[in-house]
Amino acid sequence: MPVPDAPEPLIFERSRPGRRALRLPEIDVPEPSRPEDDLPSGWLRARPPALPEVGEPEVVRHFTRLSRRNFAVDTGMYPLGSCTMKYNPKINDTLAGLDGFAGLHPSAPDALAQGALALLWELEQDLCRLTGMDAFSLQPAAGAHGELVGMLIASAYHRARGDSARRRVVVPDAAHGTNPASAAMAGFEVVEVGTDARGGIDLEQVRAHADGRLAALMLTNPNTLGLFEGEVREVAQVVHQAGGLLYYDGANLNAIVGRARPADMGFDVCHLNLHKTFSTPHGMGGPGAGPVGVTRRLSPYLPGPLVRRRDVPAVAGPRYAWDDPGPESIGRVRALHGNFGVLVRAYAYIRANGGSGLREVSGHAVLAANYLAALLRPWLPASHDRICMHEVVTDGRALAPHGLRALDLCKALLDRGFHAPTMYFPLIVPEALMFEPTETEPREAIEALAAAVGEIVALAERDPEAVRQAPTQTPVGRVDEASAARRPVLRWYPSEGDRAPEG
Amino acid sequence: MAEFPRDVAYTPEHEWYRVQDGTIGVTDHAQRSLGDVVYVELPAVGAVLEAGRPFGTIESVKSVSDLFAPVGGRVAAVNTALADEPERVNREPYGGGWLIRVDPSGEPAGLLDADAYRRLVEGT
Repeated sequence: MPVPDAPEPLIFERSRPGRRALRLPEIDVPEPSRPEDDLPSGWLRARPPALPEVGEPEVVRHFTRLSRRNFAVDTGMYPLGSCTMKYNPKINDTLAGLDGFAGLHPSAPDALAQGALALLWELEQDLCRLTGMDAFSLQPAAGAHGELVGMLIASAYHRARGDSARRRVVVPDAAHGTNPASAAMAGFEVVEVGTDARGGIDLEQVRAHADGRLAALMLTNPNTLGLFEGEVREVAQVVHQAGGLLYYDGANLNAIVGRARPADMGFDVCHLNLHKTFSTPHGMGGPGAGPVGVTRRLSPYLPGPLVRRRDVPAVAGPRYAWDDPGPESIGRVRALHGNFGVLVRAYAYIRANGGSGLREVSGHAVLAANYLAALLRPWLPASHDRICMHEVVTDGRALAPHGLRALDLCKALLDRGFHAPTMYFPLIVPEALMFEPTETEPREAIEALAAAVGEIVALAERDPEAVRQAPTQTPVGRVDEASAARRPVLRWYPSEGDRAPEG
Repeated sequence: MAEFPRDVAYTPEHEWYRVQDGTIGVTDHAQRSLGDVVYVELPAVGAVLEAGRPFGTIESVKSVSDLFAPVGGRVAAVNTALADEPERVNREPYGGGWLIRVDPSGEPAGLLDADAYRRLVEGT
C-alpha cells in the first residue's frame, strides 16, 4: 500500500479539548495523600501539562501511520557499515517472550529463577568458548558501556599491582570514537597512533609508546577499515612486554566468530556487542548488551554479581546462584542483571546456529562483503586494495568526477529502497562509504544494491540535479542537516505566543 | 579549488596562523573537507595554549575534530560570532570565520608556507 504523501502531524496537533480514550471511574476510596501536599511549592506546576487530548482511534492511527514510514531490516536491506544490521530471527523474540523469562521478576529468589540463571551461566560459557576468555560479565548494557567497564578493569588491575604510573591508553586513528571516549572517561590519557599503508595499526608507532606509562591498547580486529590486523600477535607482544593490557573492541566480531578467538590473538579483555554479532535488535536505541570477557588474571576485577554453578549431589542436576562481587571487583555497573531479554535472544541465536553454524555466519558475512566490494569497484574502489572482512570501506572521492558526493549517493539510495551505508567513517578515509551487507542478505539483494549504485552514478552524469534533489520517494525529502544541527527546534509550542516556560 | 593565501602560515593539521595579528583559523581546504560546520568550541579569553596541543573542537555534519594550536600563547580574543553563525567558517575561513587571536609566547615552529601546505593537501 503506498505511503500517503501528506505529512503526519504531531499527536499534539491532533488534540481537541475534551477528547479522550478512556474514562476511569471516580475514586471511591480515600486518597492516601496528594502529591501537592508532599512536594515543595517551587516544584509544583502552575497549570497542568498540555498533554494531547485524542480518542483511541486517533492514537492508534497516528502511530500505525508512523510505523509504516519506518525503515527496518524487516523491510529492506540495511548495509550500514560498522553496525552489523543482520536479520534478527523471530524465534529469538518468541523465546524471550516466554512467560518464564518475560514474567520473571528480576529480584525473584534464586530458587525460583533456576532456568533463567542456567541460561545466563550457559551464555557466559558460550561467550568464553567463542572468545577464548576465562570469564564474562553480562551486565554492561551496550558496547560503549562494555568499553568503559573494560577500561575500569584495566585501571583496577594496574592499581592493585601498585603500578599507578600507567595512565596512558593507546588507540589507533581508525578506532571507533567510543574507544578514546571510554578510556578518557575511565581517567586515562589517550594517545593516538596511525594506520600504515596497508590499513593496519602502525606497529612502529605502537613501539614508541610501549613504556611504563602504557596501561592498555585498544584494538578492533578486523579494524574499522574492514581489514584484518595481521600483526595483532606482534602488537600483543609489544604491549605485554611493556606491561600493558590489550583490549579487544568486539564490534567487528561478526567477521571472525567461530574461526578466530581474541584471547588466542593475545587480547586480555574484550567486550562483545550482542546486538551486532548475536542478532539481537538494535537501531532506534536498543536496548543492546555489551558483555565483557577477561582472561584469568583479570577475572577478580569483573563487575558482579556473577552466576555460579554448583553441583549438588543430593538433588538431580546443578544449582545456580548469584554470587556477590568480590573485594577486588570494580563493583556493580548496572541495576539488576543487565538487559536480560537481549541476553535470552543472543542465547537463542547461539543455540540455533551451534558452533558450525556460527562459523558459517562469519564465512558468509566475509564472502558477501567481498562480493559487494567486487561489484562496486567500477564506481567505488575500496580504500585499500585487499581482501576485506565483513565490511568494505570505499573511497567516495571516486564519485567526484561524476558530480556526486558520498552524501548524495546515500540519499539517492533511499529512493531505491536501501538504507544508506555508513558515510564519513572511518575518518581517515576521505568521503568514506562503508558497506556491510551481513551474512543474511541473499545474492540477489547484494547485486541489486550494486546495480542501484551504478544507476545513481549514471543518473548523476545525465541529470545531476535529480540526484541532488534525492530522496523524493521517501515521506521526508532532503533535510537541511546543517540548519537542524545549528539551530535545532526541539520543542513544539501550540502557537508562537505560547513560549513561556510552564510554572 | 581551495584557496591558499600567502599572508598566513599553516599547520599540517589544517589550521592557519597570521603572524602580524596572532589570528588563528582553519583552512579553506579544512572547511571543504569538513562540510557544513555546525558548532565550534573555543577556549576562553585568557586561556593558555601550548603549541601543537588541542585548544578546541570543530563539529560539522560529518565529524568532530580537534583544533591544534599553531603557536603557544595566551588567548587575547575569541570570535564570539561563531556561536550563532558557525557557517562563517565555511563562508570566510580566512576572514569572518576566524577562531581566536593569541598573544604568542614565542615564535611558531614547524609551520608550512602556502606552497608547502598546498603540496601537502594536494598530495603532490
